[in-house]
Amino acid sequence: MKRPVNFITALSLILSSLFLCGCEPPKREPGPVELRSMQSRVFDTTDKIKTLRTAMATLQDLGFVIDEADDVLGSVSATKLDRYAVRITITVAPRGVTQMGVRANAQYKLKAIEDPEPYQQFFAAFEKAMFLTTHNIE
Amino acid sequence: MRRFYLRCFLLMPFILTFQGCAGIPKDALRMNNATLEDRRLQTRLFDTSDEKKILSASTGALQDLGFNLDASETDLGLIVASKERSAVETGQVLLAVVWSVLTRAPLLYDAEQKIWVSLISRPAGESGKQTAVRVTFQRIVWDSYGQISKLERLNDPEVYQGFFETLSNAVFLEAHGI
Repeated sequence: MKRPVNFITALSLILSSLFLCGCEPPKREPGPVELRSMQSRVFDTTDKIKTLRTAMATLQDLGFVIDEADDVLGSVSATKLDRYAVRITITVAPRGVTQMGVRANAQYKLKAIEDPEPYQQFFAAFEKAMFLTTHNIE
Repeated sequence: MRRFYLRCFLLMPFILTFQGCAGIPKDALRMNNATLEDRRLQTRLFDTSDEKKILSASTGALQDLGFNLDASETDLGLIVASKERSAVETGQVLLAVVWSVLTRAPLLYDAEQKIWVSLISRPAGESGKQTAVRVTFQRIVWDSYGQISKLERLNDPEVYQGFFETLSNAVFLEAHGI
């Protein structure tokens, strides 16, 4: 009678420790400069409208519904509902005379997303779309 | 009894782990295989370079479907609209009543929904002779207790076909698939 209980206890301990290993340790919060750098990219274009339109198309590709956009401010906000809710804002502003800066910031569950990976994924899709738009490929 | 408490204590990490690791879903900002299929479903091409005409007809089509305009930005080809409707389905309510009587659980069923739509037009085709329209719908559903029960995109092809049919009629142009 004693054995099975001990076995269950041991198994529970082992499995618990495995689960704890799988959980990432709390990350150090990035500073404002680091955060801005992971959220921003620069593109060789001066066409603000084209950049904004590409941002909207990319967001639609990623399953977002656009909430609002402003071509003067150069901003687009969108929400994705897919059993969860993620909200994102993209801003576009000229950088020097020949380039355009694009910054994205997103939030999930009442918190800003400060993990670099989702931003890398967004910009990977955005860069591809910018390339296709620049080269007029449908 | 002590063993029971010990086991409960040992199981706690499982529960804590599941609660503590809830980061942003992995595919939230990543292109996936369904992207192209979704794009095809949600996009139509119209044989006109007059983007403003298409946007204006789109507003009419959305009004025909009972949507109210929330925002628009003509220079970017954007229209955002929404509508609030009942989400009550007789079948679901009947099941909820039976379940509630059997288990004495609270009577829970989908009660209200808000549907959002964003429509984006852009010049397309050779030297911009066509205009592409892409439309996306999503909704939030609240249950009979006012809690959110569903957060989802509408992927039903009929929704999109119905919309583009209305839009084609409004613009007197045939809509081509992509």
